[in-house]
Amino acid sequence: MDTGDTAFVLVASAMVMFMTPGLALFYGGMVRSKNVLGTIMQSIFALGLVSVLWVLIGYTLAFGPDVGGLIGNLDFLGFKDVGAVPNEALAATIPHVSFATFQMMFAIITPALITGAFAERMKFSGYVVFTTLWLIVVYSPLAHWVWAPGGWIRELGALDFAGGTVVHINAGVAALAAVLVVGKRKGFGQQAFIPHNLTMTVLGTGILWFGWFGFNAGSALGANGLAASAFLATNLGAAAGACGWALMDLRKEGRSTTLGVASGAVAGLVAITPAAGFVTPLPAIAIGLIGGVVCAWAVGLKFRLGYDDSLDVVGVHLMGGIVGALLTGVFADLAVNGAGADGLLTGGGLALLGKQFIAVGATLAFSFVVSYALLKLVDATIGLRVTPEEEIVGIDLSQHSEAGYSFSESGSLVGGTLHKTEAAPIPVAIKEGSDIR
Amino acid sequence: MKIVVAVIKPFKLEDVKESLDGIGIQGMTVTDVRGFGRQKGHTEVYRGAEYQVDFSPKVRLEIVVDDDRVDEVIKAIETGASTQSIGDGKIWVIPVEQVIRIRTDERGPDAL
Repeated sequence: MDTGDTAFVLVASAMVMFMTPGLALFYGGMVRSKNVLGTIMQSIFALGLVSVLWVLIGYTLAFGPDVGGLIGNLDFLGFKDVGAVPNEALAATIPHVSFATFQMMFAIITPALITGAFAERMKFSGYVVFTTLWLIVVYSPLAHWVWAPGGWIRELGALDFAGGTVVHINAGVAALAAVLVVGKRKGFGQQAFIPHNLTMTVLGTGILWFGWFGFNAGSALGANGLAASAFLATNLGAAAGACGWALMDLRKEGRSTTLGVASGAVAGLVAITPAAGFVTPLPAIAIGLIGGVVCAWAVGLKFRLGYDDSLDVVGVHLMGGIVGALLTGVFADLAVNGAGADGLLTGGGLALLGKQFIAVGATLAFSFVVSYALLKLVDATIGLRVTPEEEIVGIDLSQHSEAGYSFSESGSLVGGTLHKTEAAPIPVAIKEGSDIR
Repeated sequence: MKIVVAVIKPFKLEDVKESLDGIGIQGMTVTDVRGFGRQKGHTEVYRGAEYQVDFSPKVRLEIVVDDDRVDEVIKAIETGASTQSIGDGKIWVIPVEQVIRIRTDERGPDAL
């Protein structure tokens, strides 16, 4: 065991944890003010829900000893035998429990990413049940395929340093399935859905960018040269993505926008994620730039194709993830990482790019089909979507009985001595036909 | 001249504006307000403490028109604002003594 590696991975884990509240702010600023808390909840609650699920069942399905290249067995159920002793096959120089906890943070943010797609119209109960099922049935198996020893995509030789397929393409294509099942927001394509607080979104972007150093450099699983290389590639991906989107804005609208630069940074980070530990600095810039440009174009698709992906999870995470995964096959360099491969432009020919295509295709097909089925199942049982009345009132009040912003002190404690109104309070659950706004 | 004042549900503002556009009304002033009528408010819960909040968010519209247009303006607001449910709001009409366009100093109906 190496103390330096252990210290580094512990800190990286905390940084990846911090990305989820960052995502909550990033998404929360982009919705209307009546939906800010409900949107933030869908990220913040993932920290609660998925942490528990990961220990109970998620981790062992992802990283338990391989069964047929498809899934882990139940050896690590409830983190059994996941302790201070390193697991040689997974991460030889850090405690097994450090590796498992680092992976926990990835499992948390991935379903949280999906929530941007169905923002402003999802029932909280539907989100909780879908996230639970999705983590077990989609995330854990896919993490196994790509990252676990014996997983079929890993054995194939496809490269995904920090989660281009498992995290971003997976979340992005599940988001596409979600918007197809949940449907459009009331007024989509007609009303103005204007972000209510972009300062919050920019702060969230900064936190994501910071946390992403833990996400990518931490994926080296050691305090070493590879981590340093991935750290720089991460920063360059974000930077070039911001530049790429700003240029696209300038070309399309005649001016660059704050939301564009924030979105571009995230798009660049998404694109560099699979490549971070395999590329030199100049390709990192190219990947970030292409990611920013492609995603800036892709976010317009929802209006042309008519699907309501509220906060552009498809446009940024799916498209950015695909760009990054494929460009890894173009720019990967054995000189950066001996465990990688050479790509198309680094003398490796088409072999790696072909494997990257297979990994992308398999992720798309598996995640889309299973996510779609799970969403249909939850929709048919407990329901995914709020009522039209609840949607008008906003999910903060209808799902959580709270307001994100209260600028007034009016109101009285129910049961308190100040409470003089004779009318019974309207129940928290808002019934069909009622309208409290 | 009259000022037509309406208090409506916030999410119906766009519909009301469209409806008023449709009869050629060229301007209006809106304010975000809070209030209640027969419709009471809602409850909010913070750390288990339940609060009754009676004042709901509303939008207040003000439109100054010549006397002969008052009825069609009322009709247009009703059309745009109605959801056939409690809390749709109210409209009231008040006489206006004088209207002045600041730029030109025009007075009366010419200034509308």
